[in-house]
Amino acid sequence: MLARSPQAAIQRLFDEVGSVDQVGIEERVAKYGTRSIKKAAKLWGLKTAVSMVDLTTLEGKDTPGKVASLCQKALRPHDDPAIPQVAAVCVYPAMVRHARRALGSDTAVRIASVATAFPSGQAPLKTRLAEVKAAVADGADEIDMVINRGAFLAGEFGLMQDEIAAVMQACGSATLKVILEVSELETYDNIRAASFLAMRVIRPGDFIKTSTGKTSLNATLGNNQVMLEAIRDFYLDTGTSIAMKPAGGIRTAKQALTFLVAVKETLGDAWLNNARYRFGASSLLNDLLRQLEKESTGAYQAPYYFSEAAESY
Amino acid sequence: MPALTAAKKSSRPAARSVPHAPELIFGDLWEFDPAPETAEPKLKSRYDLFINGQFVAPKGGKYFDSNNPANEQKLAEIALASPADVDAAYAAAQRAYEGVWGKMPGRERAKYLFRIARLLQDRAREFAVAETLDGGKPIKESRDFDVPMAAAHFFYHAGWADKLDYVAPGRRVAPLGVVGQVIPWNFPLLMCAWKLAPALAMGNTVVLKPAETTSITALKLAEVFQDAGLPPGVVNFVTGAGEIGAAVMNHPTPAKIAFTGSTEVGKIIMRGLAGTDKKMTMELGGKAANIVFDDAPLDQAVEGIINGIFFNQGHVCCAGSRLLVQESIAEKVLAKLKTRIRTLRVGDPMDKNTDIGAINSREQLDRITALVAAGVKEGNALYQPSCKLPAKGFYFRPTIFSGVSMSSRIAREEIFGPVLSVLTFRTVDEAIEKANNTAYGLSAGVWTDKGSRILKMSTELKAGVVWANTYNKFDPTSPFGGYKESGFGREGGRQGLLDYCKLV
Repeated sequence: MLARSPQAAIQRLFDEVGSVDQVGIEERVAKYGTRSIKKAAKLWGLKTAVSMVDLTTLEGKDTPGKVASLCQKALRPHDDPAIPQVAAVCVYPAMVRHARRALGSDTAVRIASVATAFPSGQAPLKTRLAEVKAAVADGADEIDMVINRGAFLAGEFGLMQDEIAAVMQACGSATLKVILEVSELETYDNIRAASFLAMRVIRPGDFIKTSTGKTSLNATLGNNQVMLEAIRDFYLDTGTSIAMKPAGGIRTAKQALTFLVAVKETLGDAWLNNARYRFGASSLLNDLLRQLEKESTGAYQAPYYFSEAAESY
Repeated sequence: MPALTAAKKSSRPAARSVPHAPELIFGDLWEFDPAPETAEPKLKSRYDLFINGQFVAPKGGKYFDSNNPANEQKLAEIALASPADVDAAYAAAQRAYEGVWGKMPGRERAKYLFRIARLLQDRAREFAVAETLDGGKPIKESRDFDVPMAAAHFFYHAGWADKLDYVAPGRRVAPLGVVGQVIPWNFPLLMCAWKLAPALAMGNTVVLKPAETTSITALKLAEVFQDAGLPPGVVNFVTGAGEIGAAVMNHPTPAKIAFTGSTEVGKIIMRGLAGTDKKMTMELGGKAANIVFDDAPLDQAVEGIINGIFFNQGHVCCAGSRLLVQESIAEKVLAKLKTRIRTLRVGDPMDKNTDIGAINSREQLDRITALVAAGVKEGNALYQPSCKLPAKGFYFRPTIFSGVSMSSRIAREEIFGPVLSVLTFRTVDEAIEKANNTAYGLSAGVWTDKGSRILKMSTELKAGVVWANTYNKFDPTSPFGGYKESGFGREGGRQGLLDYCKLV
């Protein structure tokens, strides 16, 4: 019986993909914060970070008007034409058609939508798949799904992977982002194991993503690092490049640069672009713009030049 | 439900179409701009001896240069002491011991130590820059490790100074008198603090000789002593090379001598002191084994291996210079190590992003180069990343030798540089046997998820410090010292204090 128990399944998975030492990895990521990014390197980092933002609004009170203004911000974050557009807007499925209308069809800014009964995922699979198909039909280029954390924690890895595979098929040509919801997995060991389970199903260029942004703890340098190392090990083993998206909790330009340092030193140059790395964020964008403005003028703007709240895009 | 097998197949076309092994690119897409530390080190152009609370010119009138190993430029002139200066220093120390310091209540001595610690913190950036300029270590290490840790040692021992009745329960303790100390160039300020703080807390007075290539921060510390109002003669610094070290060690005055440096010199000192009643502590060389088992968290183990051997350019007596890795994971660990060292930044020590700075001196660079050449000649596989090195100054690429055997020179001799030798083992007993098969015994590292194995290893490894799932962790409360030819006596903690007192 023991060999068939969920605990045994989890143990076998850990043995296979290896474990993570919490103290060690947190010590490692603390060193990223001591990198000193100056001048041209800072400018490059800030602009790249802007181009990696999935500008997000996920609220019950979202309206077509709010989504339209978010899309305007995405297309033209700032007066300065040297500042790139963001990678995508990220909205609920019901808002996808409004986003498509606002962005038009001829745009590099992609539309991502959090389908699959986001954020809990606690709906019948049939419902979740229908939601994905509807979002894609309305014009979503990317689907951010949540994994079945209950299945993972119960050791039913086959079920968890089958559901990811089903969503991937429902996506068609849309890019898939698999949200692990790290705060519900709790341990770094679990995050690493779940990353591998997801990566074994999805296609090259699909993403694994930290979190929904709807729980207490979201993207941290620690869980970002666990997932980057999982992507690295998977790539070196199989040649398949999986992309990464930390989401939630990244609010300042300084944080974003530190995350990018982690990418640079873990996965290297090939991941320093918005096809391979994204930030799920809203207020981050304005802090990036504020820092870019500071780099060009040498002075910080008054706070009311760039609002802190994503509410007011 | 779509068929999982079909989905899996379609998800992996890249795996089949990649002709070569996948590789990561660590190129120049996002090159960091120079980020030099700009704090002013406030160096004097000439440093005299520090005797009896004053800076005094050497009796012989001679000076030697202290150079910056990062660019070979002269930083300052340092006084060359003569034996007559050493006599004067010991006479001052003896007077200070008998007249003031030895009979001062511990709680009063504590005030001076607290003051020194705080003044050092106040001037932390200045000291960090001076330490990096003089010794070549990366500014991030002198800023985040050397200087804060030096202050921490003064704070910790200040805390002991009024509690000496409790150092040896049931016994009373008394200071030894005058102590002679010689320290090495790898952690100039920190070694000063390690040596001085317990000696002073216990009521001893000191004559100390810093290493000839790195005297500056000791002499800046003398300025701190002046600012702290430390009574004259309690600490005296004499500067110079080996002969002056010998004069400090062999002088008739000190009741105890303490030495940190190479095993070779330690043996010479001990020969000189044989037959005297002087107490000794010796902190000598090492060839530590860092042992990685197959159940270890590998990425964190790799990080620990890197930190263990490349911290301070490998100029660390407890450096994890022998990596013992279980055969079943050896290939995987080696691949991860090679990937990791490609992202280490070698170069200007003053740049805040530098991971590996300059080798301390040309002599040391020559020694490392010779030992690495010997390793290549013995047929070991060498790996170095292709990082650019500055044109001027003393630099050495981080180096990994794999397939090394126990009989190889690079597995037996202390290299004291950024050079790692990788060996394999099959069983726990073999790991212990190989780890202990060395003349040294200063430190060891064990990497495993199994707690019981850690406890077993820590009792069976003949090493003064055994780190489990980490490396190079230091704290003033934790005793540090060696087994076998790595020396004797402990520094830090209660045990370290006991080496600076007599029980009465």
